[in-house]
Amino acid sequence: MSAAPPVIEFNNIIKRFGAGRPGESGVLALDRISLSVPVGEFLVVVGPSGSGKTTLLRLINRLSEPSEGHVLFEGEDVRALDPILLRRRIGYVFQGVGLFPHMTVAENVAITPRLLGWPKDKRETRVDTLLELVRLSPADYRNRLPRELSGGERQRVGVARAIAAEPHVVLMDEPFGALDPLTRDAVGQDYRRLHDKLGLTTVMITHDMLEAVLLADRIAVMHQGLIIEEGTPHELMSAARTDYVRDLMQMPRTQAARLKGLMEGGAP
Amino acid sequence: MSEFGERFSEALARLPDYLGQHVIVSVTALALGLAISLPLAVVATRHARLRWPLLAFASIIQTIPGLALLALFYPLLLGISALTEAAFGTGFSALGFLPSVLALTLYSMLPVLRNTITGIEGIDPAVKAASLGVGMTPRQSLFIVELPLALPVIMAGIRTAAVWVIGTATLSTPVGQTSLGNYIFAGLQTQNWVSVLFGCVAAALLAIVVDQLLALMESGIALRRRVRTAVGALGILLVLAAALVPGWSRPTAAYVVGAKTFTEQYILASLMQQRLQANGLSAARRDGLGSTVIFNALASGDIDVYVDYSGTIWANHMRRTDAQPREVVLEEMGAWLKKERGIALLGPLGFENAYALAMRRDRAEQLGIRTIADLVRHAPQLAIGGDYEFFDRPEWAALRDAYGLNFRRQRQMDSTFMYSAVANGEVDVISAFSSDGRIARFDLVTLTDPKQALPPYDAVLLLAPRRADDKALRDALMPLVGKIDVELMRETNLRADRDEDKETPAQAARWLWKQIGAQ
Ligand SMILES: Nc1ncnc2c1ncn2[C@@H]1O[C@H](COP(=O)(O)OP(=O)(O)OP(=O)(O)O)[C@@H](O)[C@H]1O
Ligand SMILES: [Mg+2]
Repeated sequence: MSAAPPVIEFNNIIKRFGAGRPGESGVLALDRISLSVPVGEFLVVVGPSGSGKTTLLRLINRLSEPSEGHVLFEGEDVRALDPILLRRRIGYVFQGVGLFPHMTVAENVAITPRLLGWPKDKRETRVDTLLELVRLSPADYRNRLPRELSGGERQRVGVARAIAAEPHVVLMDEPFGALDPLTRDAVGQDYRRLHDKLGLTTVMITHDMLEAVLLADRIAVMHQGLIIEEGTPHELMSAARTDYVRDLMQMPRTQAARLKGLMEGGAP
Repeated sequence: MSEFGERFSEALARLPDYLGQHVIVSVTALALGLAISLPLAVVATRHARLRWPLLAFASIIQTIPGLALLALFYPLLLGISALTEAAFGTGFSALGFLPSVLALTLYSMLPVLRNTITGIEGIDPAVKAASLGVGMTPRQSLFIVELPLALPVIMAGIRTAAVWVIGTATLSTPVGQTSLGNYIFAGLQTQNWVSVLFGCVAAALLAIVVDQLLALMESGIALRRRVRTAVGALGILLVLAAALVPGWSRPTAAYVVGAKTFTEQYILASLMQQRLQANGLSAARRDGLGSTVIFNALASGDIDVYVDYSGTIWANHMRRTDAQPREVVLEEMGAWLKKERGIALLGPLGFENAYALAMRRDRAEQLGIRTIADLVRHAPQLAIGGDYEFFDRPEWAALRDAYGLNFRRQRQMDSTFMYSAVANGEVDVISAFSSDGRIARFDLVTLTDPKQALPPYDAVLLLAPRRADDKALRDALMPLVGKIDVELMRETNLRADRDEDKETPAQAARWLWKQIGAQ
């Protein structure tokens, strides 16, 4: 273990929605979460819909605040940090992509560098590099508007935008959901290489277990606002403590087995 | 030239002035409205609690008829002006430009407020979240993301506001602001339909052109076509420039002659203007002013001279309800005007334009009615028509109480249509004006007033306080004093009111001057 503090640390986080309204106890979206992400780690968060994954991610760059508990970023309580500057230091890929519809692909990608006051020529070369990284030809795509892109192309632009300002920490909420399997695999691998090369710290949410297992250093499984298990893909696949996680981690294998059966002409 | 052609070219000659003023008022109001509504709307999207009261306020304003809203601002500003006068020694003109701009500004607010709020709130929440997520400050989010995205909706609101303001600006004429409404108000009074139509069409064309240019900008913005946006903006600037240039070159007149909203007033104002010009004095006109507005405008020096009627001042301003003989009224009025308002009474013109009850001659003879006293017995079977003011005026109360009049029905109507209404039997009695040319044309009789319940209404020339001792002005207008008797005024009015060979007020005024000179 290195001496550096974890990049992200959740301390006993509780998050309630809609409490305070008379006669309502509200939704308990996060129920005493503690978790830390060390420098350089690629953490993948999985879990059923509504289990609190997005809620957890949004606490890191202060898009929302915890009801109780503390979030630390590089050892400092985020509440002591300026949210604007914090967000410019953290790349964020939104679940719904959230590209600015009135800006071209290039303008979208270059937005955080622009807010940080990068010179124009530096922004432009950066845009080209990033578009190539997410496998979109700059010449074809730079000047398109989001509505002129397919869903998968939009997601890739979203990823490019998140890492444009060279953040050390990247948060990704289902970044590749709309990509075809081949591009998805390729872009995922490309991103993982970038993560290693630049020494990034990444937290990624996904519903694709194969993707999780192939990309993650560590996987956290959420269920009803709790982190029910966490560990390396290998640990979770070999020694899950709960049925849910066991079934979940078995998914890639069961699918592979079914596929094999299908190819050999047997019943699945 | 045909009559139509003559009227048309006369209207066309006034276009640079009227259109220019119309554009200036509209654009100022619109710019002010935007400067207020846009920030307010943005604040309302940030503080949901403000939204409802703001929109409710703007909606209520919208339900006030344009004319009433404009009229409300005049006394309000007059009061404020008096306050600043007292506090700082300088007042400002409460007439014309200011009340019009303020009322129109309020009018422009609702569509801009509503569309800006809707536009900003309609933005995809994911996009708003993303603007924060990439590290924008709320202000950056507003200017880089929210406003540009809402712009098409906001522009649509601006277009609506522009069309409303340009249309409603025609109503600023009665508070003393020259506009395309001058064609309409003057035309309605003198039954010059070419003028009315000209005003309506000009206002409509202006609204359409501005709307289309804004639409061009809107689509240019939406489609990110810079050229299109620029062409639209350039067009707007051209309209502005075209409207403003004649305004700059217009010389400012030394004297301003005021006129109320009926034919006799237009003729007399024309006559005064012609007399001033014949004496080498430059004179401008403020036409179509409301009765209270024009008096206050004279008192505050916004206009220099106009013709009012002794009974109006007696009842409305002096608040007198007692009946006095003609000479006593003139004398007491002159003293009161001087003392209370500093206004100078140059003198009576010679005729009265009094309220008089009038009936068709045959009907009056058939019922045996010659005086108002004779009318009392028949009144419960008869309908009376009056102009919009009449039934609210103290004269009507005095008349009713003095004789115990009680009609079957009271109808308010435009004074233009009152005479034909009694002529074709829609009503039996009207509150006519004694100098109106249509009394002769429709063969009406005016009923005598044995109890002298109706105050006298001598036409009098009034001068603004600062013109009280202006010798040039007095010399130019003095030849009119005492020279116009009621028959002469009726005939002059008829020339401008009749359907055939109708003359313009200026032509009728020239004819009148010839008759005065021949005496
Ligand atoms: N702004 C909010 N107001 C009220 N409830 C909310 C809000 N945001 C999230 N929730 C609730 O909190 C819970 C967790 O939501 P969250 O978005 O974190 O789920 P998730 O794990 O990301 O699900 P998915 O995989 O479908 O994206 C859900 O029950 C959701 O309805
Ligand atoms: Mg989610």
